[in-house]
Amino acid sequence: MYRYTDFDAAFVAERNAQFRAQVERRIDGSLTEDEFKPLRLMNGLYLQLHAYMLRVAIPYGTLNSAQMRQLAYIAERWDKGYGHFTTRQNIQFNWPTLRDVPDMLDALAEVQMHAIQTSGNTIRNVTADHFAGAAADEIADPRPVAELIRQWSTDHPEFQFLPRKFKIAVTGSPNDRAVTKAHDIGLRMVRNDAGEPGFEVIVGGGLGRTPMIGKVVRDFLPEADLLPYLEAVVSVWNLLGRRDNKYKSRIKITVHEHGIDDIRARVEERFALLRPAFTGVDQQLFAQIKSDFEPPAFKDRDVAPFDQAYANDPVFRSWADTNLSAHRAPGHAIAQISLKAHGATPGDATADQMRIMADLAERYGYDELRISHEQNVVLPHVHKADLPAIHAALKAAGLATANIGKISDIIACPGMDYCALATARSIPIAQEIATRFDQLKLEHEVGDLKIKISGCINACGHHHVGHIGILGLDRAGVENYQITLGGDHTETAAIGQRTGPGFSAEEIVPAIERIVDTYLSERDSADEAFIDTFRRVGMTPFKTALYGESDKKQKAA
Amino acid sequence: MPAIFTPKVITANALLEGDVVYLTRNDTWSRNLMDADVLTDEADAQIRLIDASARTDEVVGVYLADVSAGSDGPKPTHFREAFRMRGPSNYPHGKQSEAL
Repeated sequence: MYRYTDFDAAFVAERNAQFRAQVERRIDGSLTEDEFKPLRLMNGLYLQLHAYMLRVAIPYGTLNSAQMRQLAYIAERWDKGYGHFTTRQNIQFNWPTLRDVPDMLDALAEVQMHAIQTSGNTIRNVTADHFAGAAADEIADPRPVAELIRQWSTDHPEFQFLPRKFKIAVTGSPNDRAVTKAHDIGLRMVRNDAGEPGFEVIVGGGLGRTPMIGKVVRDFLPEADLLPYLEAVVSVWNLLGRRDNKYKSRIKITVHEHGIDDIRARVEERFALLRPAFTGVDQQLFAQIKSDFEPPAFKDRDVAPFDQAYANDPVFRSWADTNLSAHRAPGHAIAQISLKAHGATPGDATADQMRIMADLAERYGYDELRISHEQNVVLPHVHKADLPAIHAALKAAGLATANIGKISDIIACPGMDYCALATARSIPIAQEIATRFDQLKLEHEVGDLKIKISGCINACGHHHVGHIGILGLDRAGVENYQITLGGDHTETAAIGQRTGPGFSAEEIVPAIERIVDTYLSERDSADEAFIDTFRRVGMTPFKTALYGESDKKQKAA
Repeated sequence: MPAIFTPKVITANALLEGDVVYLTRNDTWSRNLMDADVLTDEADAQIRLIDASARTDEVVGVYLADVSAGSDGPKPTHFREAFRMRGPSNYPHGKQSEAL
């Protein structure tokens, strides 16, 4: 894992001292809210519906046990004993008071964490595949790239007042688990015909009010050209981006308005100017960063304890079948810890649960944890022989729900239970859907199905790319939920299609049930996943299940 | 005929704690909607809003929220205001947990 250099530590300490002074000046009246707001946002501090909220970056979703324990400490010392993991690999604390935030930031700095650029019109926390460095299908670990981008983008003088926020995601696997096509820039690590490493650069993706799938702006960018090329893209947008209209300011609109060919030409022109200014220091830095991400020394041991538990313990078997993924090293597995117990708040973990996950990572997992954009925690490197013990410990902590990728593994934004921007609640809908399908005992019968819920058009809950997407709106003073079907967050990314009119809070769970029933009756076999059935049969049977036959058809019949 | 003015309260978030507060008849801030001064005259509401908005050392984000005025005090008319008055629905945190 990356360790802060003296420079990094000094930078974070100075920033924290500055923010402490800014908070004091806000409290003593020297700063107005208008003056203070951009400063607090640059340090991850929001004012939400009921309280302040501190958003802490978990760069590329990677944590060690000491960091996870410190998050638990912060949750207990200054919050209400829990934290909320988000779709951007951040953690949010929902109840800090203004006076306490500088102390919270200092506590984070003790374990080399911060909240810088988790908000505001800057380049945000860089996200990456949560299986980075572990996945069997990986070409290269994306985290050194993400760390290089973090260092380049942090406090970058040209990019502190961008037209709008800017999000970058990196994947090192052909199977995209980082939703790269829904980011301002998505980077896919690839190799060219000569076997040299580089990137496919995708630009102009994004969800929100105007969802767009990103377009390829460069199909092969040599590895050494990364930073000058990124700088070219961001600076072209920095000049062209629509500062006059918040809803047209993201790069997806710039790309849409100018066309990808025009943007490509402008970026290449700018890149030609910038490239010579990068003298290779970035590549020396990159080489150092890479050495921090050397894989652990995986030990090859007997997997008999795993096989025995798998054969004899049906609860363990169910969890292993659902929550484990293929690891690159023999005898190892990637274990996902579901933060989606049926009826619980998606993405929330208590301080006790955080400590248990930290203990397991330290004892069995080479001291590594990951946070996924799907709001779960990952033990990226565990030996299969240790999985029965890990499962038992998780079970005792209420963390052994066997539902990864299933209907109750729902992404949900905080919605109107916390968020000042929300137009409806998300969390209770997620809780009710998960509880309902658990009661029906249909979860494993239904198989892989991604439900994603956002409580407003900004789409933090990724509803556009959910197999079933739910968008909460305010319709004449009543919560109303629109459904989209057929979204896809992977390398075959697609925006879901709206089914039709929305449903009330009382109607939405029965509506989801009708969709699932339709899938079960339409699928050609138990092997055909929801998304494949939808692609084969289209919207019609689902529409009929939701809204009945149209009047016209009824009259004709 | 002029449009009927919906009764309103002045609300904001407290600077230090960030929690929801309401302006009372005595121009103090209360955590409890029951204590809020219900404004039934539009001109009066606008003046009170301007004065309250100037109190930037105490509160953030001052605005007028619709209420229905009843014999047992003001009640929110929009669900957003109902959540602000109560707290989140997934945990018993916020105002609903505080003895009022």
